[in-house]
Amino acid sequence: MAEAALARPGPLPVGPIGRAGLGFWGVAMLVASEAALFSYLLFSYYYLCATAPAGWVLEPAPKMIPGLPNTLLLLSSSFVAWWGEKGVEKGDRRRALIGFGTTFVMGTIFAGVQVHEWAGKAFGPTTNGYASLYFTTTGLHMAHVVVGLIILLCLFGWTALDFFSPRRRIAVSAGILYWHFVDIVWLFVFTTYYLTPYLGFGT
Amino acid sequence: MRTPDIGAVTDALRTRLHAIWETEPGWRGWLSTVDHKEIGLRYIVTAFLMLIIGGIEALVIRLQLAGPDLRLLTPEQYDQFFTMHGMTMIFLYASPILSGFSNYLWPLLLGSRDMAFPRLNAFSYWVYLAAAIFLYSGFVVGAGPDDGWFNYVPYAERNYSPGPNQDIYALGMMLLGISTTVGAANFIVTAFKMRAPGMAINRLPILIWGTLTASVANLIVVPAVSLAFFLLWMDRQFGTGFFQPALGGQPLLWQHLFWLFGHPWVYAIVLPAMGMVSDGLPVFCRRPLAGYSLVALSTVATMILGFGVWVHHMFATGLPALSLSFFSGASIIITVPSAVAVFAWLATIWTGRPVITTAFLFYASMILLFVIGGVSGFMTASVPADWQLTDTYFVVAHIHYVLIGINVFPVVGATYFWFPKMSGRFLDERLGRWNFWTMFLGFNLGFLPMHLTGLLGMPRRIWTYSDGMGWDGLNLITTIGSFLFAAGVLIFFVNVAKSLRSGAPANDNPWDAPTLEWSIPSPPPPYNFAVIPTIASRHPLWENRLQESRARSTLDRGMTLDHGKETLTTTPMDAEPERIVEMPEDSYAPLLLTAGLATLFAGLALKAWPIAGTSGLLVFAALLFWLWPRRQLLERAPAHG
Repeated sequence: MAEAALARPGPLPVGPIGRAGLGFWGVAMLVASEAALFSYLLFSYYYLCATAPAGWVLEPAPKMIPGLPNTLLLLSSSFVAWWGEKGVEKGDRRRALIGFGTTFVMGTIFAGVQVHEWAGKAFGPTTNGYASLYFTTTGLHMAHVVVGLIILLCLFGWTALDFFSPRRRIAVSAGILYWHFVDIVWLFVFTTYYLTPYLGFGT
Repeated sequence: MRTPDIGAVTDALRTRLHAIWETEPGWRGWLSTVDHKEIGLRYIVTAFLMLIIGGIEALVIRLQLAGPDLRLLTPEQYDQFFTMHGMTMIFLYASPILSGFSNYLWPLLLGSRDMAFPRLNAFSYWVYLAAAIFLYSGFVVGAGPDDGWFNYVPYAERNYSPGPNQDIYALGMMLLGISTTVGAANFIVTAFKMRAPGMAINRLPILIWGTLTASVANLIVVPAVSLAFFLLWMDRQFGTGFFQPALGGQPLLWQHLFWLFGHPWVYAIVLPAMGMVSDGLPVFCRRPLAGYSLVALSTVATMILGFGVWVHHMFATGLPALSLSFFSGASIIITVPSAVAVFAWLATIWTGRPVITTAFLFYASMILLFVIGGVSGFMTASVPADWQLTDTYFVVAHIHYVLIGINVFPVVGATYFWFPKMSGRFLDERLGRWNFWTMFLGFNLGFLPMHLTGLLGMPRRIWTYSDGMGWDGLNLITTIGSFLFAAGVLIFFVNVAKSLRSGAPANDNPWDAPTLEWSIPSPPPPYNFAVIPTIASRHPLWENRLQESRARSTLDRGMTLDHGKETLTTTPMDAEPERIVEMPEDSYAPLLLTAGLATLFAGLALKAWPIAGTSGLLVFAALLFWLWPRRQLLERAPAHG
């Protein structure tokens, strides 16, 4: 096959087209490593939970308000981001700006609600191992949300500056991939801290 | 879309490519270069420097232990010396040296003009350098880490280690983790995308398999140790309770997180070196590697099994018997793929016509040292034996056979092998024999008796011992051996210094080797390949001799890709041409980002929040500058903005 390419070279794309390009691979690597980071955090939770004395889980029956709606808000923001990305793909700049802008607002609301939840906790990061892990895990996730929001802001600005076209838009696809990661990993954090106590974990 | 021009290698083409790819001379180019060869050499030089520093620390340790009741070091100094020695050798030498060789060699082996992410490559080096300086900053003012390189809690918690020693270690390791992670990502994408057309996955040199496997592992496991050190730092500075039983934490969590990383890491610092042997040894046996597919598969199998053996570092911690049995079984099974490689090398020598060069001696002796280190590892995989041997000098002997045997010996061999490619000159063979025999005899004199020291019950990490324990003579022999070994390493560096100036000139393919890097000039030009080669077999330069098939690789004609700083990406499995990619020009962004990160971590270490905050902004600015979509890289639409 390769020999044929040499004898009769066919036309090849030049540079990243759409989402296909090295940059997308790069962000995929970043996501893989970050996913591993969160899996070690959750491993730490389950390990300590399994070996700790009774009463270690400080919230054996976590309140679903506002955690659950906030989770749904973050997850749906992924769909809005995807819708915005499609806007770039179709050359519809207005749709892309609305998509990225709305995602940004939704992500900011999520972060605000999360900060509000932190403030309402009866325990602090040094109360016990559970509390330390809760604040560290959600805190690291918050750091990722903030990075994701900055990326969204960049994408919004660059789209407004008319940097992208349906062909040349690798930064958009890579950035939105990161936002999807931020949303999906929250699902695991939420399940661990809000749902597993109801399944009898650590209670 | 563009149909690439196909052409022959001409002087005009070379001149054109040289102008496109050359790094600007002077300090500007030095600070901004993204050339993988330059970065690889920097990695190699820095890592060898760390080998010297770590080696001097080892010699001081050996002087302290040369006889009973010596008082060369205080116990506090001794703790810092053995910790710095371990940390330096494992984190600042053993892995970066392999990254250096792989960085230099990969594009040459793969038939590409650079790595997938050249700027990330430069960044990875700068952060490594910054982390090395950071990690040494405590030691030079007498506050180095002092709880062993694996830094067990509760020793490393604040109650027992109140100074800044552990905080510097913790933050430095997080910084170093960034370098390792981005380097690993770069290797993975390069392996899958940046190969010459026709270099299908079953035609990769074993060094590629080794570093690729190690990189996949690093990408996944380095976050475990970065997290462990982050949690430790939080425990120490902010009073969290991750590892503190009084707060519902678990000291054993540290050991799990550390060894979840640590054991795969051990394979990550030997698999690429095993790849060097698998690629280099056959050249001196004048035949292809025996059992290529088995060796490639066993490389991957070692790592997959390597994820499931971390608890064998924790056999003595009181875990349930069922768990011990499982991890003991896994640790015994993991010797199988290692044995496959050993038998493949032996078969290669046995059925080949060995040419005894210095490189051959280093490669071949590595097999012996690997077997000795492997067997002592196999012994400790058995739980009852481990309970007797753990925390004795037997384990110290084991780790040195593994790390010196499977890392230092292949690396020195690889230097003899690839030095002509890198510099255009041979290393001196006569000095090479002195180099080899001094290192080999010194090493075995030092470390073979150490097994016995361990069996006689000498615990590791002790500062001194009284006479009458039966350890005096053995320790003296080990000290003499280690100095002899150090003399051998010194001869190696003397040889390098001498040969750089006056070594015999080497042509493109001085060893008559089969792989792509030997098809280009020594040293290689900035663009590596004037035309992109097309590959038809595992041994492009031996095809006429081996007559494995009628297909022939084409090295003197191919895509010229001279419209800009261009190279080719191919499909991950079959390496069909896929895309012409524009490569980034030299850039200051990696250095700026490193400066931001280094001051950020310094700010955290000093708990100087304004410094940390300002550096955070610098990090953000550097990233924005780096990632800003550029027309040259075709990240922006040509007609817009």
